[in-house]
Amino acid sequence: MTYDMLLLRFGELILKGKNRRRFEKSIFLHVKSVLSPFPLVQLRNEFGRIYVYLNGEPASEAIQALKKVFGIASISPVIVCKSDLEDILRTSHQYLQDMNIQNDTTFKVSARRVWKKFPHSSHEMNHLVGSHLLKEFQMLNVMMNHPELELRVEIRETETYIFYVVIPAVGGFPRGSNGKAMLLLSGGIDSPVAAWSSMRKGLTIECVHFYSYPFTSQLAKDKVEDLARVLSGYAGEIKLHFVPFTETQTSFTGMGQDKLIITLMRRAMLRIATTLAEREGALAIVTGDSLGQVASQTLPSLNVVGRATDLPILRPLIMMDKNEIIQISRDIGTYELSIQPYEDCCTLFVADSPATNPNLRIVERLEQSIVKLPELLQDAVERTETVVLTPTNGGRLSTEKLIQEDWF
Amino acid sequence: MFYWDHAASTPPYEDVIRTIAEVMEQHYGNPSSMHQWGEDSSRLIKHAREVCSRALDVKPSEIIFTSGATEGNNLAIKGATLQYMNRGKHLITTQIEHASVYESFQQLQQWGFEVTFLPVDSQGCVDPASIREAIRKDTVLVSIMHVNNEIGAIQPIEAIGDMIKRCNPRTIFHVDGVQGFGKLPVDLTKWQVDLYTLSAHKFRGPKGIGLLYVREGLKLTPILTGGAQESGLRAGTENVPLIVALAKAMRKASEQQESFNSNVSTMRDQIHTTIQEIKGLKLHSHDGSAPHIVHFSYPGMKSEVLLHTLEEQGILVSTRSACSSKQSEPSRVLLSMGLSIEEASSGIRISMGDMHTEDELRLLQQALRISVEQLEPLQRGRMGK
Repeated sequence: MTYDMLLLRFGELILKGKNRRRFEKSIFLHVKSVLSPFPLVQLRNEFGRIYVYLNGEPASEAIQALKKVFGIASISPVIVCKSDLEDILRTSHQYLQDMNIQNDTTFKVSARRVWKKFPHSSHEMNHLVGSHLLKEFQMLNVMMNHPELELRVEIRETETYIFYVVIPAVGGFPRGSNGKAMLLLSGGIDSPVAAWSSMRKGLTIECVHFYSYPFTSQLAKDKVEDLARVLSGYAGEIKLHFVPFTETQTSFTGMGQDKLIITLMRRAMLRIATTLAEREGALAIVTGDSLGQVASQTLPSLNVVGRATDLPILRPLIMMDKNEIIQISRDIGTYELSIQPYEDCCTLFVADSPATNPNLRIVERLEQSIVKLPELLQDAVERTETVVLTPTNGGRLSTEKLIQEDWF
Repeated sequence: MFYWDHAASTPPYEDVIRTIAEVMEQHYGNPSSMHQWGEDSSRLIKHAREVCSRALDVKPSEIIFTSGATEGNNLAIKGATLQYMNRGKHLITTQIEHASVYESFQQLQQWGFEVTFLPVDSQGCVDPASIREAIRKDTVLVSIMHVNNEIGAIQPIEAIGDMIKRCNPRTIFHVDGVQGFGKLPVDLTKWQVDLYTLSAHKFRGPKGIGLLYVREGLKLTPILTGGAQESGLRAGTENVPLIVALAKAMRKASEQQESFNSNVSTMRDQIHTTIQEIKGLKLHSHDGSAPHIVHFSYPGMKSEVLLHTLEEQGILVSTRSACSSKQSEPSRVLLSMGLSIEEASSGIRISMGDMHTEDELRLLQQALRISVEQLEPLQRGRMGK
């Protein structure tokens, strides 16, 4: 079947309030950018919808691309015909024929006369189109409530839209409509999913990754960069901050408090991320924490760790099951990268059985005993390297130098 | 000398050769080493994998680098059969496969598997309906080549894939894509292919490197063990320079596929006309075959004789698949197409690339005419007349 147009509907949420125009504009721009590989496509923005005229571009590929646009609730591929009874009957007939319905199917027509000068009312049209199709297709049975096939006919002044498929899209809020947050990106399965969930809620995110060379390898950094690049497919571009964490991390060893190292590390990370957030104008920190998953994600741990920052900590995955998280990570294309086996800094120096119930006062006292801790944190912030990733760019310098383009 | 044996091996691109030398010189670190140089090599392989996956429109994780098509075919066929033995012991392939496929199945037969070797029609094509008849509940794997290496017949891969998955969705579908890639459009998803083999030296890359596409989720039993390289499916230190060169050749071949096809088809049509004009020659390839392979026979004359006569005039062609051209029996492929033993013993393959010039083409046509003229009095059946 060749479709002429895609009809994009926005989520209900954004149709409210004064922000609507801004939201619509933001979605429109996002749609435009994801459809840039399809040069023949033309867009029209109208009353809580966007019309994508395909002009021969492949519908299924455009739909795949549009499923990445936050704020779009659903997509319907549409056949366009003239607003003329004969043409509408002929096109609906053709449409059903192309669908090649084999078995008994319950069915109804929902016509909508937007152009009031059209000679037949919506009600009449339901009847006219419906009876015409019933005569031609033996396997159709009329059903008013919840039919399997609801053929929609939308009659406008210039043209009529015929469609029935409603493809659920990603929903959420338009890109960047809810402010900016710093996200702790580890390279595991959870944090990329947290990033995607945040972006879906309209947050702009900047990723912060802590690395501990020589305790972690360069390839671990590559992996994080690849993950951020996948995320940039949803955002257009993503800023990724690489924070050197070795010195901070090693300052926690040798105190005879190995069980608390993970807590101390998490607090240090939050402090560094908070400083970066201030610098970058972000108002929250996002983590991939999921309640009870590991020792640092028990409620007492989350409590002690969370007190290291004044910024709100958003934890989109906090109540989710691991299986749900894995499913999303497969859907958004980060799973394969996440399961590559490189150590990240959280697994280093960590005791076999880290504290699940850390004591805030003890932790604070330990931190005070490391006199140069504030200095180490500041130094880590200063030595942070930032790269901006887009779905196609090469990223870090070392890689660019290594991969000579003319070799490939 | 003029080289008309591209189906056997192609001249590598100059920049592919340069790439091999440069990578070999600059990145000899073992990709499995943990130090910087090892990591650099490993990154090159990763980038190459991405380039290769884009050329096939699949995921990078679905690409396994191999030493070439023989290894790829062996890994695909034996690896999948052994992995999924519990599904059954029946396998399907055709009578016209390349030896690396054909003999893998013969070996599996010796190991107790049952193999159906499908016949082909007079054009060298498998009828998708014959799959429906052959396929069973316990059919583990079907392996069919895309383009036949001797006569250039193109198999209806899409229809076959459709048939296999409709009759038994659990049956694995392997396609030997060696002669098709870079010459014809490839769409692994649409074809419902699970395993797909390639070899770099057939599209102007180096010898000794190839790849196997393994659809996500499919498991294989490794044939080479001894290391975790290539997701544990192919142990052995990766050949970094050749892997990079493969990626480059693949990218170029897929980018140039359309123009290759149209240039070479024109040339092929001209050679076809010449062969049809020369009395005594019998054309076996046709307009619907692969664009780069011309096949004909000279009944009554052993193929080798015509080959050497052409060689005297500086024209290098082939009698059949290079891998079996030193055997003296008539070609298995031609016999299964229904050709007589005489025709099957006198087959000649001319195969080309798109760098062949008008002049070279004229020389080839001329040499064909002259050779047949010279040999005609000696043709068997004419002697004594």
